[in-house]
Amino acid sequence: MDAIFLQILNGLDKGSAYALIALGLTLIFGTLGVVNFAHGALFMIGAFCAVTLQKLFNLSYQVIDETQKDFLGNPLKVDVPYLESWFGPEFGIALMDWSVPLAIFFAIPIMVLVGFVMERGLIKHFYKRPHADQILVTFGLAIVLQEIVKYFYGANPIQTGAPDVFRGALDFGVMFGFEPNAIIYPYWRLVYFLFSAVLISGVFAFLRFTTFGMVVRAGMADRETVGLLGINIDKRFTIMFGVAAAVAGLAGVMYAPILAPNYHMGMDFLVLSFVVVVVGGMGSLPGAVAAGFLLGILQSFASMNEVKAIIPGIDQVIIYLVAIIILLTRPRGLMGKRGVMEE
Amino acid sequence: MSNSRFTRRGLLKTSAAMGAGLAMPTIFTSAASAFTNDPTGSTVKIGFNVPQTGPYADEGLDELRAQELAVAHINGEGDGGMLNTFSSKALDGTGILGKKVEFVTGDTQTKSDAARASAKSMIEKDQVVMINGGSSSGVAIAVQGLCQEAGIIFMAGLTHSNDTTGKDRKANGFRHFFNAYMSGAALAPVLKNAYGSDRRAYHLTADYTWGWTQEESLVASTEGIGWETVNTVKTPVGAGDFSSYIAPVLSSGADVLVLNHYGGDMINSLTQAVQFGLRDKMVNGKQFEIVVPLYSELMAAGAGENIKGVYGSMNWNWQLTDEGTAAFVKSFGEKYGRPPSNSAHTCYVQTLLYADAVTRGGSFNPCSVGEALEDFEFDGLGNGPTLYRGADHQCFKDVLVMKGAENPTNQYDTLEVVEITPRAQVEYPSNHPMFGGDEASLGTCNPGA
Repeated sequence: MDAIFLQILNGLDKGSAYALIALGLTLIFGTLGVVNFAHGALFMIGAFCAVTLQKLFNLSYQVIDETQKDFLGNPLKVDVPYLESWFGPEFGIALMDWSVPLAIFFAIPIMVLVGFVMERGLIKHFYKRPHADQILVTFGLAIVLQEIVKYFYGANPIQTGAPDVFRGALDFGVMFGFEPNAIIYPYWRLVYFLFSAVLISGVFAFLRFTTFGMVVRAGMADRETVGLLGINIDKRFTIMFGVAAAVAGLAGVMYAPILAPNYHMGMDFLVLSFVVVVVGGMGSLPGAVAAGFLLGILQSFASMNEVKAIIPGIDQVIIYLVAIIILLTRPRGLMGKRGVMEE
Repeated sequence: MSNSRFTRRGLLKTSAAMGAGLAMPTIFTSAASAFTNDPTGSTVKIGFNVPQTGPYADEGLDELRAQELAVAHINGEGDGGMLNTFSSKALDGTGILGKKVEFVTGDTQTKSDAARASAKSMIEKDQVVMINGGSSSGVAIAVQGLCQEAGIIFMAGLTHSNDTTGKDRKANGFRHFFNAYMSGAALAPVLKNAYGSDRRAYHLTADYTWGWTQEESLVASTEGIGWETVNTVKTPVGAGDFSSYIAPVLSSGADVLVLNHYGGDMINSLTQAVQFGLRDKMVNGKQFEIVVPLYSELMAAGAGENIKGVYGSMNWNWQLTDEGTAAFVKSFGEKYGRPPSNSAHTCYVQTLLYADAVTRGGSFNPCSVGEALEDFEFDGLGNGPTLYRGADHQCFKDVLVMKGAENPTNQYDTLEVVEITPRAQVEYPSNHPMFGGDEASLGTCNPGA
C-alpha cells in the first residue's frame, strides 16, 4: 500500500511537467494549427533561464589569496560574488540561494520574447503548409536552439539548486500512519506540483474568464467566423503562442532543481509530451493535463521493482504501450474532438 | 621465308624475364605493406575518436586537449611533459621512427554505431595506424572489435567495464584505464573502515555492459567485507528523473545506496537522492550513506556540493604529487588554463605508450607494437610502477580512492584523494570469472592488409 502511495506521489511531479509542456503544445496546435516540435526546446530554455540567473547572481571578482596555491602553484585567486560585496554576506547569499524562484520573473519576459520571435520570424510562414513541413521546420529549430545552448553552456548538466529551506523531504508516511521513511517526498517536488497546479489553473482561468480568452476560445472553435466579426484573431493567436512559450519556460525554470539542466533535456521531454497530447486528444486542453498526470503516474508505477520483475523493461515502454491501447480504443484520444487533424 | 629474328625459345625467355621484372616491385610492395596503413611518407597519422557531441562532449574535449598535447610532445614541441619522467627513453622528440606525427579526429557521439563509422572513416580515408580515445565501454568494445578486424591498434580511452579486457578482449586492443573489479577491490576496505561491516546496500545500475560489471564487482567486494545486498535495480541510461527508482530505497531497509551511474545520470541520481533526504536519514541505527564507485572530475563539478563526503574511485588525479603528474599538470595547465581530467590523462598516456612501443619494436606493424606493449613494465606516467599485462592487455597500477571534498576552493578540487590503493590489492588472474573465465581469449594479432 505504501509503495503504491509512494509511486502516485512520484508520478505527480513528472506528470506536472508533462502536463505543462503538453498544455502549451496543444494550446499552440488548437490556436495556430501548428505542430510545434520546438516546444521542448522552450522548456529547456526556461531551465537555462534559471541557470543564467544563477550565473548572473554568482558573477564574481577575484581576490588573490597568498596563503593558498592553485593547481600550478601560483597564489590562489578566490572568487568573491559581487552580490555578496554589494548587499553584505547575508542578503547577498540569500539572493543567490533563491535564484530559481526569482528566475520566474526573469524568465517570463524572455520566454514571451523568444515565443514572439519564433512565431513571427519562422513559424508564421508555415501556417498554410502541411503538418509534415511544420514538424520538420520546428524540429530543425529545436536542434538549432539546443546547439546554441550547448555552445554557451557546455554539454554537462549544470546544478541549479533549490533554496536551502526546501532541501530534504517530507515524511508523508508518518502523517498517514505508515512507518517512518516509508513514504518520503522532497519538498521541492511538492512545490513544483503546487506551482504547476496554480499555473494550469491560471491558464484555464485566463481562457475561461477573460474576454481575451473568450475570443481565443471562439477562434479555436471557428477561426473564420471570428475573423468575419472584425476581430484580429491572428494577433491574439500570436499572443497565445507567447503565453504557451512562457508556460513551457516556467515549467523548465522550476524543474531545474529536480533535473540539472542540460542542452538536450527539451528533446527528452518533447517526445513524451507529444504522446501525452495525442493520448489526451489533439487540441484538448483538459485532455493534455489529464493525460500528463496519468502517464506520469503510470511511468512511476512501471518503475517499481515488483512490476519490473513481472514484465522486464516495462518502465521504458509503458507510456507508448498505454498510448497504443488508448488510441486503439479511442482513436481521438481521451478527450479529443471530432474533426481535429482528421482532414 | 621469314627474316624475323623472334624464336619460340627467345620469346619464352623474354616473357619469363619480363614477368619476373614486373613481379619484382609487387614482391617488395607486399613485403613493405604487410600491415594496414603502413606509413610511407615522412609523416604518420593517428586517429582520436572521442565524443565531440552528445552528453560526454566536455569529457571528449578534454581528451582531445590531452591527445593534442601528447602529439606535440612526441614531435618535440612544448616542454615535453611526461616524456621527461617516462622510464622508457626510446622517444627522443623527433616523432615516431623519424616520422612526424599528425592526427585526425572522429566523433563517437557516445554511440557504438557512430563511433564505429568514424573509426572506419579514419582507418580507410585518413589511413591512421592507431585509434585512441572514447568515454564509454559500449563504444570502446565496439571500436576495439572494428580495429581488430581492420588490423590496427586500439588504445582505449575511458572504459571501465570488466568486459573490455575481459570476455571482449582483443589482441589489437589495449586498456590503460582501470576497471570495475579494481574499483571494487580498492573501495571495499575503505568502506569497511568508514562505515563498518554491518551494512545493507541497495544498487542502482546503468543498464549496459559497464553498469552490469560494476554492479557485479561491487556486490562481490562489499559482500566480501560482510555487507548484505538488499536489491540491485537496473535503470535506463539517460533516464533523467530517477525519483521512482530512489523512492523505494529507504523503505527497503538499505542503509547504503551504491550508484552505478556515470556522467549526467550520476549527477542526476545523486542530486535526486540528496533531494529525497537520504543522506540526512538514520536507518538501522546508522547514518545513511551513498557511494559512487566511478568518479570523474567533470561529474564531480556537475554534482556540486551533493558530492561532499561521498566515496568513489579514480584511475588518476591531478592532485597526486609524483613527478610524472606534476610534469603533465604543468604542461596541460599552462596550455589550457585548467588541470587535466583522468580521462585526459589516460588518453595522453596511451598516445605516449603507443609511440614508445612502435619505437622500441622498430615498426608500425600492429603485431610488433602488441609485442612491445605486452608485459611492458614502466614508470613515470603518474600511476607509479605499471604493468601492461600480456595475457589480457590490461594495465595494472595503483588505484585512487576518492572522496567529495568538504571545502573545495574552486571547481577543480571538488574531490580529494583518500587512499592510494597499492597495485597488489587490485590484481586478479586473467582467467577470473568476472573477466570471461578460461574461455576469454585475445585471439591472434591481426596486422590487416
